Amino acid sequence: MLNSKIPAGPLDQKWTDFKGHCKLVNPANKRKLEVVIIGTGLAGASAAAALGELGYKVKAFCFQDSPRRAHSIAAQGGINAAKNYQNDGDSVFRLFYDTIKGGDYRAREANVHRLAEVSANIIDQCVAQGVPFAREYGGLLSNRSFGGTQVQRTFYAAGQTGQQLLIGAYQALERQVALGNVEMFNRHEMLDVVVIDGKARGIIARNLVNGKLERHFGHAVLLCSGGYGNVFYLSTNAMGSNVTAAWKAHKKGAYFGNPCFTQIHPTCIPVSGDHQSKLTLMSESLRNDGRIWVPKKQNDTRKPFDIPEEERDYYLERRYPAFGNLVPRDVASRAAKERCDAGYGVGSSRQAVYLDYADAIERYGKGEVNKRNIQGATQQVITELGKEVVKEKYGNLFDMYEKITGENPYEVPMRIYPAVHYTMGGLWVDYELMTTVPGLYALGEANFSDHGANRLGASALMQGLADGYFVIPYTIGNYLADEIRTNAIPTDHPAFVEAEKNVADRISQLINIKGKQTVESFHKRLGKIMWDKCGMARNAEGLTQAIEEIRQLKREFWSDVRIPGDINEMNPELDKANRVADFIELGELMCIDALDRNESCGGHFREESQTEEGEAKRDDAAFAYVSAWELKGEHQWQLHKEELHFEVAKPTQRSYK
Amino acid sequence: MEHYNMNLTLKVWKQKNSQEKGRFETYQVKNISSEMSFLEMFDVLNEELIREGREPIAFDHDCREGICGMCSMYIDGKPHGPWHANTTCQLHMRAYKDGDTIVVEPWRANAFPVIKDLVVDRTSFDRIMQAGGYISVNTGNAVDANALPIEKDKADMAFAAASCIGCGACVAACKNSSAMLFLSAKVSHLALLPQGGPERKNRVLNMVAQMDREGFGACTNTGACEAVCPKEISISNIARLNQEYLGAGLVSEK
Amino acid sequence: MSIFVQIFQQKSLRMKWSEFFTSSVGRKFVMGLTGLFLITFLIIHVSINACIFADLPIFNENDNGSVFNRAAHFMGSTILIRIMEVGLFAGIILHIVQGYMLELKNRSARSVGYAVNLGERGSKWYSRSMGLLGTIILLFLVIHISHFWVKARITHALEPVTYNGVEMHNMFEEMKMVFSQPWVVILYVLGCISLAYHLAHGFQSAFRTVGVHNRKYNQLLTSIGYGFSIIVSLVFALMPVAMYLGWVK
Repeated sequence: MLNSKIPAGPLDQKWTDFKGHCKLVNPANKRKLEVVIIGTGLAGASAAAALGELGYKVKAFCFQDSPRRAHSIAAQGGINAAKNYQNDGDSVFRLFYDTIKGGDYRAREANVHRLAEVSANIIDQCVAQGVPFAREYGGLLSNRSFGGTQVQRTFYAAGQTGQQLLIGAYQALERQVALGNVEMFNRHEMLDVVVIDGKARGIIARNLVNGKLERHFGHAVLLCSGGYGNVFYLSTNAMGSNVTAAWKAHKKGAYFGNPCFTQIHPTCIPVSGDHQSKLTLMSESLRNDGRIWVPKKQNDTRKPFDIPEEERDYYLERRYPAFGNLVPRDVASRAAKERCDAGYGVGSSRQAVYLDYADAIERYGKGEVNKRNIQGATQQVITELGKEVVKEKYGNLFDMYEKITGENPYEVPMRIYPAVHYTMGGLWVDYELMTTVPGLYALGEANFSDHGANRLGASALMQGLADGYFVIPYTIGNYLADEIRTNAIPTDHPAFVEAEKNVADRISQLINIKGKQTVESFHKRLGKIMWDKCGMARNAEGLTQAIEEIRQLKREFWSDVRIPGDINEMNPELDKANRVADFIELGELMCIDALDRNESCGGHFREESQTEEGEAKRDDAAFAYVSAWELKGEHQWQLHKEELHFEVAKPTQRSYK
Repeated sequence: MEHYNMNLTLKVWKQKNSQEKGRFETYQVKNISSEMSFLEMFDVLNEELIREGREPIAFDHDCREGICGMCSMYIDGKPHGPWHANTTCQLHMRAYKDGDTIVVEPWRANAFPVIKDLVVDRTSFDRIMQAGGYISVNTGNAVDANALPIEKDKADMAFAAASCIGCGACVAACKNSSAMLFLSAKVSHLALLPQGGPERKNRVLNMVAQMDREGFGACTNTGACEAVCPKEISISNIARLNQEYLGAGLVSEK
Repeated sequence: MSIFVQIFQQKSLRMKWSEFFTSSVGRKFVMGLTGLFLITFLIIHVSINACIFADLPIFNENDNGSVFNRAAHFMGSTILIRIMEVGLFAGIILHIVQGYMLELKNRSARSVGYAVNLGERGSKWYSRSMGLLGTIILLFLVIHISHFWVKARITHALEPVTYNGVEMHNMFEEMKMVFSQPWVVILYVLGCISLAYHLAHGFQSAFRTVGVHNRKYNQLLTSIGYGFSIIVSLVFALMPVAMYLGWVK
């Protein structure tokens, strides 16, 4: 039976109440308690810094060459916080409500409310650390609006909010390293959790430089290892982003929550060919001014500017007049797919739609003409002035587009297509962020908890830092207070020995297959199955097929993969093989979960569950629960349901018409 | 943009590990699309090598969107290749034409020892940060974010310095293997903000001392770092660091 | 762990002068300060030497170096200037020693070089060749000092000349003699060209090194620097040329 340990009492008092009553660890005891942290993105770096400051002995691990490179760094748009600096009616409740509604009523109320409560502290903390957020001329912080909300609550640092926040957390982390409170292990990958007497007590990690396996003890283990979007091969995730740490935990008894909830971001640069290794996201803010369209004629091969206005289909404006181009991510993504599948796609691949700035350039140009009081401006002058304004607002994004595609977006409409971007699912955790294995925690994107079936823009950074800076320092004490009598367990304990042996055996099994196919080719095939059958639209038939295909792929992988090089050296192909093997198993579970959830909600669209107009249809009566999957054996999982209760934010059908 | 295919000759540095000596190896790559990124061209080559039973080339990369700072190739004598203000992962093959020969080397500096092939160890940057690249504020100590107004120009300059991605191209390009552009970006970011004030003197003294200890060279203001920086970090940050250092070293009472 | 310990120890350490001046930034500071000091010396040196042009027909064809000789005499006659001369030599030596130590340190920071170099794509050749240019200038200086300074201050092996009853060295004559040999003239011109390039980088670099970071000023100083290095070196170079070609007699 799942116990989410949500504190009793009114929603807005739960966290205060928890903090007031949770167990504490005194400073002398903290020095004796060791915490292992996997991953150094926003969640991991902030947790390592915060716990180091408290006096715990922390060991932090990342597979990159420096903790500062974690993929949180790539977030562009911003971070939400209920500061109400704009006096536009924002509040903790509104942020809570927007997040629950944006998540299509599949998130836990108590967690989301806590997230909204601590959001304001995050901004304070980051500013104190020296994060250079954008400011107004008066010297105060600037805000912008973001998809799915009606207030301006997004704090940002030009187009690289993620990097600036991560550098803030990284600096705090390095400070603790200098003080000796945190020991940092770069280029290390966690390959197993060590469980002793039912509690997580450490990890087995592989040093990626020399291939050696290492044992590390911890009174508690925190997984801050990010999302698993790379199961689709092509995603906006970094090349190294992987599910391995979370999957090993799953294999050691941690339940996996809502694995099928995947966010597909509508504005990405489309695939250009088979060689494509990853996809690049263009900030959602582009939809504020750009208009999305496809030709009205199928398979129209004319150049975009040869297609007259009346032959263009601004399908989002047509279908959703109230929100137009600003509908939430899941809706915009599905609409693009629908048009392309129906044969209206553009570009050489036909898998793209236009994001057009011509109108915005014209509008801004006219505005400038008025502002500067230019009499009788020619069309050319208007266009030039308009381009200047657009450049100022979106210049870096336009430059990036041009670098990648070689096309000038000021002249030619951009081609965009949806891409896998974020995974709302993750390890199931209770209110205290603990998984079903005592002492094993999951923070940030690695857990399932706060975004339901769809994440709002600028909320991922918020959640990562909330978990690391402000939640785990309290909740981990509640667990470790009972562990003060546990001395550090020597790593020659049989459980460590056995775990290391299992990892070593698996690695040597992998490298000794010596088959014919490369790791990359398996990953690509997995990605294609997942994208085609467990992507933006899913149905029972496709999912059933996908499960079979993935099982077949797994057999083939374990009998025909070819990994060059040796175990005891730097071997990126071996690292990748370890990860892809886990992705294959995860893929199967995602399809099983998607098959089980015969409703459409957020990013999960089941074709069987739609309205007559083709909109998503949620089924609260049957599916208002979190799916928590327990691994029972190869290809076998048991579903545990955590019922969701909405006491404050009453579910309604989302409509953007 | 018209798309075309090309055949190329690559001369790539191969080195088994930090102990063994390295050498250049020549590879032929065929049918490379002009739409590929430079690293995707390496992916194609590596796939080919694995299929032929040969050793693939190890190189660092992660986000592939120009922000994580992990990719690090010295391409035809220029860190991150021929394009201005760009990272290797964002370099695309339309920069080349059929028949070109491309020489790819790792970052070279004693403070960045080669780990394997094109992969180098940049943990010296982390240690420089540990020496003082932070503001000592424990979690929970912060006052309201708007309690401290900061002049917009200063905030913008601090941001411009903070946009450094720590890739090390500045070190690779510098004839002295100096880390001054990196270091000065870090020092400037915090020195320009009032929050960084209290630790200003110790920060710059300790960070410079750590840079020296790591074996980086000294700055001679040649400007190569600025010319190759993917984030266009200004060399005037180095002058600002000098001022900070002189102020701290000459005025501090310690 | 040793790293933490190092940082800790160092935090509690005092910033000793020796540490300050041996750090990479401190060494550069010495280079910049001595460089700026030598630049001020160049201004004086070039102004005094320019007195030889008082002999040009447009000024006074019959000057025969009297303006110059008197100015040169003044530079050797007061104790204050002699003391400054000691400072000048100290500055030169410091600049040279520190320069070579920096060059050594900087070269040793990269044991394995590149097969293909960045070259002009990143920086100007002369900014990368300060050590080489400095060495050429140093060689030139040795010859230059032995030509004039040693004779004027140490051996006093110069013809006397009397103006208004004061006897002094006829430096002007000495110059004419020295610059009658074509190889000396070529050598001096080469020295001046090296100086021009050394200054073209050194002038603005020195200001950056001592901490001028305002972009407006940096731009201004760069322009002034180019102007300064061209004008000063040109005027210097014109002297041997003018004497050799007999423009000044």
